[in-house]
Amino acid sequence: MQQQQGNRFFFNVDWITVLIYIALCAIGFVNIYASVPPEQTTVFGFSTLYGKQLIYIITGLILGLSILLFDGRLFNVFSPFIYGGTLLLLMAVLVIGNKVAGNQAWIAIGSFKLQPAEFAKFGTALLLARYVGAFNPKFRDVKSIMIAGLIVAAPLLLIMLQPDTGSALVFLAFMFPLYREGLSGYFLLIFLGMIVLFIADFLVPTYILIIIITTIAGLFIYNNRRKQKIIFSTVLVTVFAIGYLFLIKIAYEKVLAPHQRSRIELMLGLKTDNKGAGYNVIQSQIAIGSGQGTGRGFLQGTQTKYGYVPEQSTDFIFSTIGEEWGFMGCSVVIGLYMFLLLRLVNLAERQRSTFSRVYGYSVACILFFHVFINIGMTIGIIPVIGIPLPLISYGGSSLWSFTILLFIFLKLDSNRMGFI
Amino acid sequence: MDQLFNRKYIVQGLFIVIALILLGKLFYIQIISDAAFVSAESNVLRKIYKYPARGAILDRNMKVIVQNEPVYDLMVTPNEVKPFDTLALAQALDITFEDVRKNLKKARGKSSYQATPFLKQISVQSYARLQETLYRFPGFRTQDRTIRHYPDSVGGQLFGYVKEVSPVDIEKSEGFYKPGDYKGKSGLEFSYEETLRGEKGVINTVYDAHNTPQGSYADGKYDVNAVSGERLISGIDMRIQKLGEELMMNKVGAIVAIEPASGEILSLISSPGYDPNLLVGRNQGNNYMEFIVGNPYRPSLVRPIMGYYPPGSSFKPVDALIGLQEGVIDPNTTFFCPHYYQAGNRKIKCEHFDGSISLRRGIARSCNTYFCYVFQKLITKNGMKNQRQTYQEWRDKVAKFGFGSKLDIDMPYERKGYFYTADHYDKIYGKRWGYTNVISQAIGQGEITATPLQMANAMAIIANRGYYLKPHLIKGIGDKNLVKKEYVVKNYVGVDARHFEPVIDGMQDAVNTSWGTAILSRIPDVVLCGKTGTVQNPHGKNHSVFIGFAPRDNPKIAIAVIVENAGYGSTYAAPIASYMIEKYLKGSVSGARAAQVEWMKNQNLLPVLKDKTKAVKLTKADSLLLKKADSTKRVKDSLRIKSATIKQTVTTKPKEFKSVIIDKPVIQK
Repeated sequence: MQQQQGNRFFFNVDWITVLIYIALCAIGFVNIYASVPPEQTTVFGFSTLYGKQLIYIITGLILGLSILLFDGRLFNVFSPFIYGGTLLLLMAVLVIGNKVAGNQAWIAIGSFKLQPAEFAKFGTALLLARYVGAFNPKFRDVKSIMIAGLIVAAPLLLIMLQPDTGSALVFLAFMFPLYREGLSGYFLLIFLGMIVLFIADFLVPTYILIIIITTIAGLFIYNNRRKQKIIFSTVLVTVFAIGYLFLIKIAYEKVLAPHQRSRIELMLGLKTDNKGAGYNVIQSQIAIGSGQGTGRGFLQGTQTKYGYVPEQSTDFIFSTIGEEWGFMGCSVVIGLYMFLLLRLVNLAERQRSTFSRVYGYSVACILFFHVFINIGMTIGIIPVIGIPLPLISYGGSSLWSFTILLFIFLKLDSNRMGFI
Repeated sequence: MDQLFNRKYIVQGLFIVIALILLGKLFYIQIISDAAFVSAESNVLRKIYKYPARGAILDRNMKVIVQNEPVYDLMVTPNEVKPFDTLALAQALDITFEDVRKNLKKARGKSSYQATPFLKQISVQSYARLQETLYRFPGFRTQDRTIRHYPDSVGGQLFGYVKEVSPVDIEKSEGFYKPGDYKGKSGLEFSYEETLRGEKGVINTVYDAHNTPQGSYADGKYDVNAVSGERLISGIDMRIQKLGEELMMNKVGAIVAIEPASGEILSLISSPGYDPNLLVGRNQGNNYMEFIVGNPYRPSLVRPIMGYYPPGSSFKPVDALIGLQEGVIDPNTTFFCPHYYQAGNRKIKCEHFDGSISLRRGIARSCNTYFCYVFQKLITKNGMKNQRQTYQEWRDKVAKFGFGSKLDIDMPYERKGYFYTADHYDKIYGKRWGYTNVISQAIGQGEITATPLQMANAMAIIANRGYYLKPHLIKGIGDKNLVKKEYVVKNYVGVDARHFEPVIDGMQDAVNTSWGTAILSRIPDVVLCGKTGTVQNPHGKNHSVFIGFAPRDNPKIAIAVIVENAGYGSTYAAPIASYMIEKYLKGSVSGARAAQVEWMKNQNLLPVLKDKTKAVKLTKADSLLLKKADSTKRVKDSLRIKSATIKQTVTTKPKEFKSVIIDKPVIQK
């Protein structure tokens, strides 16, 4: 029996995903090694960034493999406690956390720093999956939407208080699993519309936007003039949209910090500032662009070697890849991520239990948000939002949280034949 | 459930779309655009230029006449500057406290992380003082370069000056010059810029984000050593160049001396001159305004090659030569000189009483009548109807002597003088004109003007008995002593050598006989052949002119001297020429003449300024105006010829004549 279980354990784990995981970690290590200034690479020590990252990778692998040894059902059962635990940590960090670069995001345990926001992701994913798995709501009613929304919103708001907008934004990724479980596509459309209006509000005067919106609404109402319900909802949407426009203006001035405002303006091309707030993005694009087709080669990137891109081993690690490995290297990395993401969705779809499926979707979408925002930021199509590139960026908390996130799903997947 | 399953594809499709957007942007910045690559290079790469020393210039005796002197630019990298003792720096540099702050602000405006000039061209003395305390001023470093030094402090217009390139220069050079480079702006520095400037060296250094040097770029593969400019050997003899400038002190005018056999220019003097060292170093701009622009006698007019003067008597030998060559006269031809020459209604006066006069004596005494007859014979040799044709032929023959066109000297801004073709007179007189209309050209007056260089060159032709080499200042370029090809070609003027001796006889007599015009300028043991000229001009005193060469056999030097508004040719121009020649041939001026040299140096012949501004500025516009007035007057006169008596015309005219040559026997001092 024991023997048989062992066999099942090894046969059912999706080793392809594990291989991609290892490949991405290895790419991360290589590029962190390249990002460290030359004088610090003389001795291979564990005090260096890449030395530490190697420890994180090894411990991460041990962590991941040990997760595979758990009983998958435990995650379902304990999900409320895990969720509650991460919420407590998020509250604790606001009180006892260390302030780094304006964000109170870290809890120091000895020399090791823990970032609760990273762990809140799988806590939230687990509880959301449990809720959907247990009640199987189709999100046609307000109540189920509210409950799901609350599960996501609680950690999101706590992280906003740190304030760590980047990590908080990632929680919007949970829209996609909910969409898969029946949430109306209108929510995605409204979300998309809000982003479009937000950008448009900066580029076009507000009154012109109002004219455009009301004109479209008017035409729409005229076409459907016999259907009262549609007229009513169109008017409602229009009023909300116009109100939203003014809300953006107010929120932009009152809520966003100056550095966030300038990041948005830089991204939209409303201002240029090559030495101040824009320095990071400009230098990152210069480094990536200078890699050209095949890159300058390992350890040959001048921008990387001479430290022109700040935060290069963490949030801007993609600039090292871009410079030293060129378009080819970038394509390989993006290709690997895509392969991983599409595979995760496929794996999620083959789950028997709704819990596993929702969780799988959550993992895929969180990874997707990270990859999209991070790479988009380094090449200047998204404002600077400080979140790491999964598995590649330097950092223990981030690497471990993605490891846990991923390996819990792999464990659930290996158990897919059984009941949970 | 099935319906919701399809939403998988929407999610996966979204992933793929976003991935394609990312790859698209990457493709653009990595493959299509190379802006990032360029920026990356400029991020890490700093070029430190090594400025080469400009080539030196030697004179014909291999004496250094233009050399280099080390100076230092103080460079500052603003973001490396830490608070420092501003006053101490100001004292070390000998500038004011305010200057320090101003310069620092200026440097900050240019670039905060790149070294920009803080103070240029610090002298060796200041540098030595600064070096001891430089460690107290982080962010400052010195960059050594060289500036020009002219040991003899003469030859301002000859050597020209070197200046930092202007934006226009940079644009014209299509990127060859970079801001901070220097370039010859006039004189020899300008003409031989490409030889003198050398090649700039560059050291490519890689810098990190904190602006700390990280060693050489690509192991120095792209580094270049500075190559000094090549040296030039000029034909100038600094001994007579210096003597000439001293002799011309407080006088306005020009001297050009040429070695006839080679065309090498022995000295080229423009007066008032200036010390070329004034236009070196930090005070260049101020000195330029004060000493060049501010001088009412216009030193910026390089008179030897830009000044227009009627050649006057220097033209008579040319006339005689063409007459001999064309066969209208022979060495024994005599004309009767009634103290004037009558051309139609015009009378050209002579200042001597000889009666019947021969060619030799005609030249020695500069007889206007004689050469008007020669001219008349030349123009009318094919009959009265073909005068236009023969004038044009005559003009082309004279042009071969270098009049009316540039001689292509290796100096910028050379001008060609006026010497008109038959077409020009067609425009003024219609088709009906003859020798009487243009008779003043017979004696080098009227509408013909020449530069002192052209006059000296005409002397070189006579000295060579029939040819010249293009006058040039530089006879050897670089270690191989290259010389431009055009400067070794003999240009024949189309007059047979045998015709020269009678003319030279006359010129010898002018200096060496008791009836000559320049007998006081005789040089012991040297046969000097020459002609004086006293060019009357309507704006002031006469110009004093002398042209000549020596010795008669195997001539070593041909010279033209013009002293503006100085009176008789024999009083100033001829002695100056003789001192120059004696110094050149013998090494020094000896005997009683040495005292005369000192006397001459002390003569102040500067014209009164009010007249001066008009008289000296014989600019193109001026002479055009004069010429026009002169020509129209003559047209009017010729129309009036029937109604007016000759006497009336004569009494109204003399003062309105533009200029008349009056050659006089020497007046004893």
